[in-house]
Amino acid sequence: MSAPLLEAIALRTWLDGSGGVVRALDGVDFSIRRGETFAIVGESGCGKSMTALTLARLLPETARIVDGTVRLDGDDLLALPEAAMRNVRGRRIAMIFQEPATSLNPVLTVGHQIGEVLARHLGLRGAAARRRAAELLDAVGIAESGRRLGEYPFQLSGGMKQRVMIALALAGEPDLLIADEPTTALDVTIQAQVLELLRDLQRRIGMAILLITHDLGIVAQMAHRVAVMYAGTIVEVADRDAFFRASQHPYSRKLFAALPGLQSRGAELAVIPGQVPPLIGEFAGCRFVDRCEHAFDRCRVEAPGWAEIAETHRVRCHLRSRERAGALEARPGAAAAALAPPETRPALLTLRDLEVHFPIRRGLLRRTVGHVRAVDGVSLELRPGRTLALVGESGCGKTTVGKSILQLVRPTAGSVAFDGVELTRLRGEALRRRRGDFQMIFQDPYGSLNPRMRVADILSEGMHALGVHGARATADQRIGELLAQVGLDAGARDRYPHEFSGGQRQRIAIARALAVSPRLIVCDEPTSALDVSVQAQILNLLARLQRETGVAYLFITHNLAVVEYLAHEVAVMYLGRIVERGTVDEVLTGPKHPYTQALLSAVPTIEGGREKIRLQGELPSAVTPPAGCHFHPRCPRAHARCRERYPGDTHVSPTHSVRCFLYEEEDGRAT
Amino acid sequence: MTLVPLWIDALVWLLVAVTAAYAWYARRQPHLAAPWRRVGQSGSGMAALVVLAAFAVVGLLDCVHYRPRLPAGPGGVPVYSVEVRSVLDALLAPLHARAERTYSAPLAIRAYARETVELSGGRLQRGYPRLQYAGVGRADEAARDRDVLLRSLAGAALGLVAWALAAVGWTALLARREGAGLGRMIGAIARGETAFAWRAVLLALLAIALVAGPVALLAREYHVLGTDKVGQDVLYLALKSIRTAIVIGTLTTLIMLPFAVLLGIAAGYFRGWVDDVVQYAYTTLNSIPSVLLIAAAVLMVQVYIDTHPDRFTAAVERADLRLLFLCIILGVTSWTGLARLLRGEALKLRELDYIQAAQAFGVRHGRIITRHILPNVMHIVLITVVLDFSGLVLAEAVLSYVGVGVDPSMNSFGTMINAARLEMAREPMVWWTLAAAFAFMFALVLAANLLADTVRDALDPRVRVGALAAAGGAK
Repeated sequence: MSAPLLEAIALRTWLDGSGGVVRALDGVDFSIRRGETFAIVGESGCGKSMTALTLARLLPETARIVDGTVRLDGDDLLALPEAAMRNVRGRRIAMIFQEPATSLNPVLTVGHQIGEVLARHLGLRGAAARRRAAELLDAVGIAESGRRLGEYPFQLSGGMKQRVMIALALAGEPDLLIADEPTTALDVTIQAQVLELLRDLQRRIGMAILLITHDLGIVAQMAHRVAVMYAGTIVEVADRDAFFRASQHPYSRKLFAALPGLQSRGAELAVIPGQVPPLIGEFAGCRFVDRCEHAFDRCRVEAPGWAEIAETHRVRCHLRSRERAGALEARPGAAAAALAPPETRPALLTLRDLEVHFPIRRGLLRRTVGHVRAVDGVSLELRPGRTLALVGESGCGKTTVGKSILQLVRPTAGSVAFDGVELTRLRGEALRRRRGDFQMIFQDPYGSLNPRMRVADILSEGMHALGVHGARATADQRIGELLAQVGLDAGARDRYPHEFSGGQRQRIAIARALAVSPRLIVCDEPTSALDVSVQAQILNLLARLQRETGVAYLFITHNLAVVEYLAHEVAVMYLGRIVERGTVDEVLTGPKHPYTQALLSAVPTIEGGREKIRLQGELPSAVTPPAGCHFHPRCPRAHARCRERYPGDTHVSPTHSVRCFLYEEEDGRAT
Repeated sequence: MTLVPLWIDALVWLLVAVTAAYAWYARRQPHLAAPWRRVGQSGSGMAALVVLAAFAVVGLLDCVHYRPRLPAGPGGVPVYSVEVRSVLDALLAPLHARAERTYSAPLAIRAYARETVELSGGRLQRGYPRLQYAGVGRADEAARDRDVLLRSLAGAALGLVAWALAAVGWTALLARREGAGLGRMIGAIARGETAFAWRAVLLALLAIALVAGPVALLAREYHVLGTDKVGQDVLYLALKSIRTAIVIGTLTTLIMLPFAVLLGIAAGYFRGWVDDVVQYAYTTLNSIPSVLLIAAAVLMVQVYIDTHPDRFTAAVERADLRLLFLCIILGVTSWTGLARLLRGEALKLRELDYIQAAQAFGVRHGRIITRHILPNVMHIVLITVVLDFSGLVLAEAVLSYVGVGVDPSMNSFGTMINAARLEMAREPMVWWTLAAAFAFMFALVLAANLLADTVRDALDPRVRVGALAAAGGAK
């Protein structure tokens, strides 16, 4: 076997934290071969990004590489002076980051930014540089590359910006591309395009990719080899197939088990108790010991070394090094509990032709020159105690639907009937009195709690404002109950939000919503900012609360696996309108609308299997939606009629309806 | 004696009370106390705070006005003087009383200008006459130099002793509280190993003691910073000016804050027509030259004072009213900057999920503003207040120079500089008034800026003081 392209040996990077020195990387070894994709997976805070920054020596000021060697093609990168390192960055190692919006300089044109790299590393200038830049944009699949070169980043969409970032990274013809969560900020259909592009480029120019991600589905699609990182060190390295067939480390196995999906429906998801330990100070034993259900005495006193399972499969676990493997065999999963019977009570929430249009004002007199049709005629029904998932890409208006139900955003037309009361007509005190019935849980657990308020104050705010549990003593008691209900200990009440982890914060947010005993909770992507294991905890909690209190959820998400696990019904939204709705089984196993089909196929899954439908382009603007069916410019099955008018509702079954001409015709022929 | 309640004094003491209350409240709130603890760890910040505190003590002593009691009149009815004095006036009475006829250089024993003196024999002679109160009994300049040196050394020694006593006493107190030995505590402070920057505090105090000691001794016999045109001691003028500077710096902010905070947050939070009105208000206000507004307002107050002499029993009260109105008009013209900042911040905060959550609970707007928005913009307010302080001290100097500043009878750095304008053109040049004003203002503004820097860093969670560097150094 040839020498590896990049070799990292015993990397140790420390950084300044508020509580002392954090050993972000504590002995990281791996190697990457030419032309392969090496994936690092793990939860946030495990040091994945720190590894990437250490390799490129782009650490923040508070961090320092304490020890270790990075060898790129035999050159010791950590020994190079900074000036020589600048020739490595961009030329031999290129990076793309998570957030394409902030990775490009907003005041320079795309051509200028690519030109900079070309001039710096290849000495190309003038017409030659321009030609090469256009070629690069072509290579990353940007049409009309000549015109795009003169454009500024704000003129490009998110997916396009990430393509430009990739073009920038490719400009120096690097041997190694470090991709740090390259698609996390993108929608699934765009993510599928970008991943496809990366694979294609790798095939053509044979560069190695270090892919950092938290999504096992992406790993399954992209990686040749996989490393699992935990608490600043790598705990398992394996070939992709071996890893997905038989991962060995308890942590890796837990990551798989925590993934929600259809198979775990109705059952509790496996959770990893606790959280990643603080990386302050030395570890005596295994770092995972406190969260591992197979831990035994030796795990506490001795840090496990590498145990070889196969030539290319190594794991840091005492179970493997001492032939106690029997203990690790998977326990049979809990049998899927019977699903709740179909609900027949009258609808709790009914939306009829809900519209939210935001005016666009221009000029000195602020005249309205147009409307953003964020929500454009949405009708839904939600019964008590059920979960309706609202699925769609970002920008399709699903969050606006949620906020307009709570009257945080006032609908411009249509009706929101809650338990027979028309909310859109309520004002002031009348609306305030009803607010206890419907609450919201937000996406970002860091932004949804006031950092300057104690947990007790946060929880009592709603009770106080709505006048429930007036007396102080009962309110205190209620806070205790709420904390217990969401699985936090009573000591949490006097602490501030910053003392909690993301998952705990989300629990506090859930407790806050529960405080006023609502009958409907709008959950706006409550788990998308969380790690898989924490996501499992929150989903379990939500499912349990629904069983116990009979609360109904409107679950807004883009994560179809979560939908499969939690929802009873699904509505798929595209550009302000519902294109398909039905029960989970109907929609997810037999999707009718071409958009739903594409959305489902774009989700990277571990099993693979689903036939890929690649969508072209991105979500159009909600200011000037395409004429006719909004989806026709991207639809693989569009025909002339789709350009003329928006298709009506077609019922495929009593509970399953779709808005697409394909079925309207069938329907027409059938009758 | 009887206290004279001046408006300014009352407001200044109110401010002191509010600051003390905030400090007491913040001590008990961990999230409020933590950043201030970081301020306490910063050497330069604490040194600056000590210097500022020294200025503040002088200023506050000058903020207690009273009429001294005169020897009892007939029938034992207490009689009070018509002259209103402050505690600082009483302390500096000797300095004030020893007024020469005109200019004299710092530490001089003779006048600065040649005069014709009538000698005892009736003969006239042109020369530099002896000063009436400086260096009495010193035969000539050489004797003066010796005396100055001696007094400086004695003063320094006195300062050192006083400092040493205070330092050891304080260290002992600290040692007892920490339960450590005195020797170890001294060592820890000397090496700068205490969490709170005691070393910087003590060093700053030492510097102040080493300056104050000699000056105090010298001031008994000489005019340390010389005398001005009418023979007043410049050191006295400079010390009296501190009150004006501090009052302008703090009261103006106090007046500006309600405008800035209320209007800024309301504009950002409510948006719509409220936002439009507030924006038009501050855009309009900003487009009027502020000096013009200030001049107009000050002249109006002056006219009022001149037409109602019966309402003011003492000159101090007139000057006080004019200063108050100067603060008010400065406040009214200077709220726009902070309001603009707060409007932007409120616009950002109102979209945050926790505000939305509060709205979903039907929490009232007033409560959302006071509970959710205000605490989260406090750091901006604090930083702006401290930064504005130095700007306002300088603004007063400029306004007084232009002639629309404080009452001419009131001592301020601005009036000193205004006087220096003519003195600089004189031949030989009189430099010490300007130099004294410069030195005092420089120390005050520099200290305020250093403290503001520290406060800003401490309140910014992105700036971290290097624990790794310390660990690396220990390795």
